Amino acid sequence: MIRLQNIHKSYITGTNKLHVLKGIDLHIKEGELVSIMGSSGSGKSTLLNILGLLDNHDEGVYVLNNEEIKSMSETKAAKLRNNLLGFVFQSFNLISFKNAMENVALPLYYQKVSRKKRNSLAIEYLDKMGLKEWAHHMPNELSGGQKQRVAIARAMITQPKIILADEPTGALDSATSIEVMDLLREINQSGITVIIVTHENDIAHMTDRIINLKDGVIESIVENNKINHTESVKIPLQE
Amino acid sequence: MFDLDKWQEITAALKKNKLRTILTGLGVMFGILILVTLLGIGRGFQNNIQSSLGNFATNSTVFWVERTTKAYKGLPRNRFYQFTNDDLLALKKNIPELEHIAPDINGWSGGATHNTFRKEKKGNFRIKGTSPEMNMVNPVEVVSGRFINENDLKEFRKVITIGPRVKELMFEEDEDPIGQYLKVNGIFFKIIGEIKPLSNNMGNRDDIIQLPYTTLQQLYNYGDKFYVFLATAKVGESVAELEDKIFEILARRHSIHPEDRQAIGNFNIAKIFNKIFGLFNSIGFLFWVIGFGVLITGVIGVSNIMHVVVKERTKELGIKRAIGAKPALVVGQIINESVFLTTFAGFWGLVLGVVIVELIGKATEGSPNPQILNPYVDINVAFIALGVLVFFGVLAGLLPAQRAIRIKPVDALRYE
Repeated sequence: MIRLQNIHKSYITGTNKLHVLKGIDLHIKEGELVSIMGSSGSGKSTLLNILGLLDNHDEGVYVLNNEEIKSMSETKAAKLRNNLLGFVFQSFNLISFKNAMENVALPLYYQKVSRKKRNSLAIEYLDKMGLKEWAHHMPNELSGGQKQRVAIARAMITQPKIILADEPTGALDSATSIEVMDLLREINQSGITVIIVTHENDIAHMTDRIINLKDGVIESIVENNKINHTESVKIPLQE
Repeated sequence: MFDLDKWQEITAALKKNKLRTILTGLGVMFGILILVTLLGIGRGFQNNIQSSLGNFATNSTVFWVERTTKAYKGLPRNRFYQFTNDDLLALKKNIPELEHIAPDINGWSGGATHNTFRKEKKGNFRIKGTSPEMNMVNPVEVVSGRFINENDLKEFRKVITIGPRVKELMFEEDEDPIGQYLKVNGIFFKIIGEIKPLSNNMGNRDDIIQLPYTTLQQLYNYGDKFYVFLATAKVGESVAELEDKIFEILARRHSIHPEDRQAIGNFNIAKIFNKIFGLFNSIGFLFWVIGFGVLITGVIGVSNIMHVVVKERTKELGIKRAIGAKPALVVGQIINESVFLTTFAGFWGLVLGVVIVELIGKATEGSPNPQILNPYVDINVAFIALGVLVFFGVLAGLLPAQRAIRIKPVDALRYE
């Protein structure tokens, strides 16, 4: 589903050049539940942004869904994001003047789906998240966990192949975090690839594979025991 | 076309800061209001000047006799001559561009005393010889009866038309002057028509008594002579060329040196009219410039606010782009808002402008000497103004929209 080869990315701020990703090689298969772990500044968010076509890489090969991604127009990128990817953000990123249903339905608006159809679909997805009664509430009337579930519904409504979650539990308490993670695991079990960026160990350990990032390179990849989360095997990188 | 989501977005963005939106809208509203009002008033000025010119033929020229300034064919300089009725015929016959020609002859006024009597009423009026053709050059309105006609001229009839002031002084209010007689300079004339001057040109005033110029020439012993005449060129013909031809023929007929232009007085009325119209065109142009300037200031205000709005909504636009909004859609959205704001505000400015112009019209309607007459807003101008507003609305939104999509979605998402 995703294949990265020697991905480099640097940011130029004034006269300084900040080399954030220093050659990332990674292969994520369809249907995987993967977490990208790392402390702040490790480049994990940059990596996710590149994976999510929100940013472009400077060097290397990125193949997404059998299509090589390089210097594409913003229009094309928007289309790919809309069809292939679903985003879940730490700060939920709901549109404040739209209610829960309209927020969920928004990606379908960009696919020119009729209002009636996309709203009924949105209600359906909210129902799956247990938020049907909240469909007509504005984001500021919802709790953090509810907001994140609305955001997940929004990410799911286009039936994407990949869900990219950037610190999805970062703004939630631990009980709600577990709820959200269960939701993401459920989504993964339906066959959708889920990639979660986090700096929390216990969140990372709820995924099948942990990619540890440090200073712009992959330090290690940990395969979790799918049955028992606490037993995990550390696989050293091949030199 | 009607897309509820689109309108929801527009109103949501504009409602976010109502005061700011209203103030920005006011800028555009006043722009269009001032433009429309100025143009309406300009139209009123023009109407006023046009009504005071009446239907006076604007392509006309006037000739009068002067003394010769050059000796010619054995005749001395400083010689005096007069136009004759035969000159009129000769000019008409030989100049195809000539449309109308009419001698302008004055009779005696009573000086300090009176020249007109009826029963115990008396008055002092201007006496003028006229012709049907004069009525084509400098028209009057026939209130009742008729104007002098060709038969009156041919038969030297003692008939007159009278102006409103004459009627007022010589008749009772309920009297019908038609068919009545007036004694003018000792001779009785039958009144055949009551007229009202349409313009203030050429001394065409209310206190006028007009009679056939042939009758006037005969009764005052002028023979077939006169000193002044007016002529008009046919539509599309040059008045200056007509003047050259008239001069040429008159010079030949009166043995005037072909280069002695001073011997025949001549004044191109068309030139003056063109100057006046030119002036009003310039004023109209100036009004456009001022109105447009104010409008543009308003539009710049909108563009400014759109910049701020786009900046404020950077993150929101980033979210939308992340979930699949294409750049064209984002640009379209911002332009929509900008156009909506400008046209909405502009529309009310237009409505208010029309109302103000109407009120000015109502206020000046009754006044005896209005500077502004029947001001109105041309429907074309209104449409042009609206078109311009839409255009500027697009322009005002375009720059901020470009800025909005120049930012990478990742930076937009991170923007706080």
